[in-house]
Amino acid sequence: MTSSSDVRSPARTGAGLALRGAVLGRPGAPVLDGVDLQVAPGEILTVVGSSGCGKSTLLRTLAGLLPPLAGEVTQDAGPLTGPAADRALIFQEDALLPWRTLRANVELPLAIKGLPRSERRAQAESWLTRVGLAEQSRQLPHRVSGGQRQRAQLARALAGAPRAVLMDEPFGALDAQTRAGMQDLLVEVLHGTGATVVFVTHDVDEALFLGDRVALLGAGRLLAVRDVPRPRERAAHDDPARIALRRDVLTSLGS
Amino acid sequence: MTRYASRIASLAAALGLWQLLTSRDVDLWLRFSQFPTVTDVARAFAGRLTGPDYWTDLTDSLTRILTGFLLAAVLGVAAGVLVARSRLAGDLLGPLLEVVRPIPAIALVPVAILLFPSNEQGIVFITFTAAFFPVLVSTRHAVRALTPVWEEAVRTMGGGRWRILGSVVLPGALPGVFGGLSVGIGVSWICVISAEMISGQYGVGYRTWQDYTVVDYPGVFVGMVTIGVLGWLTSTAVELLGRRLTRWLPRTSYVPGGRTPRRVRGAASGIPASPTTKENVPHDQLV
Repeated sequence: MTSSSDVRSPARTGAGLALRGAVLGRPGAPVLDGVDLQVAPGEILTVVGSSGCGKSTLLRTLAGLLPPLAGEVTQDAGPLTGPAADRALIFQEDALLPWRTLRANVELPLAIKGLPRSERRAQAESWLTRVGLAEQSRQLPHRVSGGQRQRAQLARALAGAPRAVLMDEPFGALDAQTRAGMQDLLVEVLHGTGATVVFVTHDVDEALFLGDRVALLGAGRLLAVRDVPRPRERAAHDDPARIALRRDVLTSLGS
Repeated sequence: MTRYASRIASLAAALGLWQLLTSRDVDLWLRFSQFPTVTDVARAFAGRLTGPDYWTDLTDSLTRILTGFLLAAVLGVAAGVLVARSRLAGDLLGPLLEVVRPIPAIALVPVAILLFPSNEQGIVFITFTAAFFPVLVSTRHAVRALTPVWEEAVRTMGGGRWRILGSVVLPGALPGVFGGLSVGIGVSWICVISAEMISGQYGVGYRTWQDYTVVDYPGVFVGMVTIGVLGWLTSTAVELLGRRLTRWLPRTSYVPGGRTPRRVRGAASGIPASPTTKENVPHDQLV
């Protein structure tokens, strides 16, 4: 892990993202209406809501894959017009290119940036080591487990040194134990990158563990954004403030 | 090894039956009395192999089919990608291609004669047309069936149109493209031989037809065997190339009939019948 420091660039700051009066969805089929949301640079915002409530739509809009139907979406006060390398998207599953080895997948954003082969190879190996996949770097995605594929996706997203990481239920398909490990790993590898994170999940406990703030989606709109006490502390799950927040969140999600 | 033995046995049995029916001049509704025997054909074959024309015919036919097929592969993939990816190209090219597609390539002989200054180019044109449409259609389907997240992933890495084409569309469509190429090489042979029969000078099809017109039946069979072997070799080459380029495809560990997966060779020579290899077992040392 000696090489891990050279891939971090601590001077980099996260992107500030904002939606104002935004209507989101596909043309003719709006899913979310009147969304006002500010994501501060460097914070982790988790988004919870039942399935089909527009979580993925929100994320795709922030990624620039889906233009807003109305209202405005901005990044650092400038309009957000399309996908860009400084906003990486991590998908629920199977977004690695299956014909590329894990290393070649992680090299891809670096190749797009135009890095020379030897340098991107070294950086990719370094990122794979950080997510614990040094041994599997030459394997094809279908030859490793689901958890390992998600780690490789994480490495691929972070290798491009994005200023924002948008995660669409990245651990949703994993079993509970693997998922907890992935959450810890995420916290660990994000440390020092300064990247802003928007993390979508349907798991309230995951949202409360990871998020500085948690945004609640339901009934086609943004219900609330709440501050989370003592985020990313495993011991905080029985904190009274956390328990009260968890109850509130579950109530407003209507479950 | 047993598989090779059974393949050879099947060929030998077919030849044996042929020899039996023709040497006994069997006439049971199907008439084998005029048929050349295996030994007649073998003798004619040996004679041809030492003559100069056989190899000229062979290289002429191969040159024609390879030129036509390679053109069809390149242009078929290009047109298929274009039609699948661009609405404008789909609207402009789609109807035209759909109207031309049902016309059998061999029916284009008059067109080829009118269009091209020499027979040679006409035959290549017909061979090209035969392979072009299977490649085009399978490429179009394969490109349309690509998983959307692959493209979205590359776009959110900042990849542009050409990066998506080179890193997602072409490699992702490759399994489908090779399906089209396999069909295409077969149809190409049918058409190159037919075109040579109609309008060629030299070539295996031309020679076979010549032998027929001078009632040299063993010669006709030499031609047919040559076509069969060449067709088999070229489609095997396409098949092997396809398998090599799409080795990333997840293959099931279960193989019917106790066949061992290809990658097991050497790695597990002691236990040839094992259905899964160690590499196949998902690594479970998570987190």
